[in-house]
Amino acid sequence: MKILLNNREEEFVKDSISVNEMLFLKKFSFKMRIIKINGILIPKEKYDTTFIHDSDNVQMLYLMSGG
Amino acid sequence: MRFSEIKTHLSKFRVGIAGAGGLGSNCAVALARSGVGTLVIADFDVLEEQNLNRQYYFTDQIGLMKTVALKENIAHINPEVFVIIHQKKLNRKNIAEIFSGCNIIVEAFDKAAMKEMLIETIHKKMPGIPVVVGSGMAGWGKTNDIIFRKIDDTLYVCGDEYSEASDNLPTIAPRVGIVANMQANVVIELLMNIK
Repeated sequence: MKILLNNREEEFVKDSISVNEMLFLKKFSFKMRIIKINGILIPKEKYDTTFIHDSDNVQMLYLMSGG
Repeated sequence: MRFSEIKTHLSKFRVGIAGAGGLGSNCAVALARSGVGTLVIADFDVLEEQNLNRQYYFTDQIGLMKTVALKENIAHINPEVFVIIHQKKLNRKNIAEIFSGCNIIVEAFDKAAMKEMLIETIHKKMPGIPVVVGSGMAGWGKTNDIIFRKIDDTLYVCGDEYSEASDNLPTIAPRVGIVANMQANVVIELLMNIK
């Protein structure tokens, strides 16, 4: 499947993957983040049960301490 | 457009500021100077000397509640701004009430977990209200890494999204000020687009 990840096209072998699988496959390491799939915010307790499908628009933003 | 017209337009709006530290104090001052009508500022902290390396306060205000000190400073800058302060720690239960009626909310916390909590809560309880987040501003230099990104109509982020504050990489006035003023700039852009 092909998805849009932060406005860039990304390809995955499977037809759908959970949010956690995507984070693992992409080796995203920062802990605090906001993830939106097609504009809907996914709370982190749902990263295992929420799946990303072909042509989904995934937006990710990293939250760093400091302010 | 003349500044008098810009000011008249901005005076109709209410902006929420979640946190009155480095981001919140500098952002609030920029919005006050620009003429935003009402600012709702929430913070539970007391001003300490170490805050003065980046926060918009003065030595004689040490020991005051930050909300009280910031209200005082804004009154010195632009007394026309109506400032509502809440001396409370924000949480999932009180955010919607404290910021009710706000057109936009500025995320100005220090801790990443609080930033996450605020974004989640506003998306859930105040759907459609834009949040302008500051993320990644510790240290110095790397000026061109600080950017603005629109995620969608309700979520905007300013910062480099990678510089995490720590004992060995503290937050210092210039980069915090850049991000705070970027947040204010985004707020003004959004408000100017409201007819």
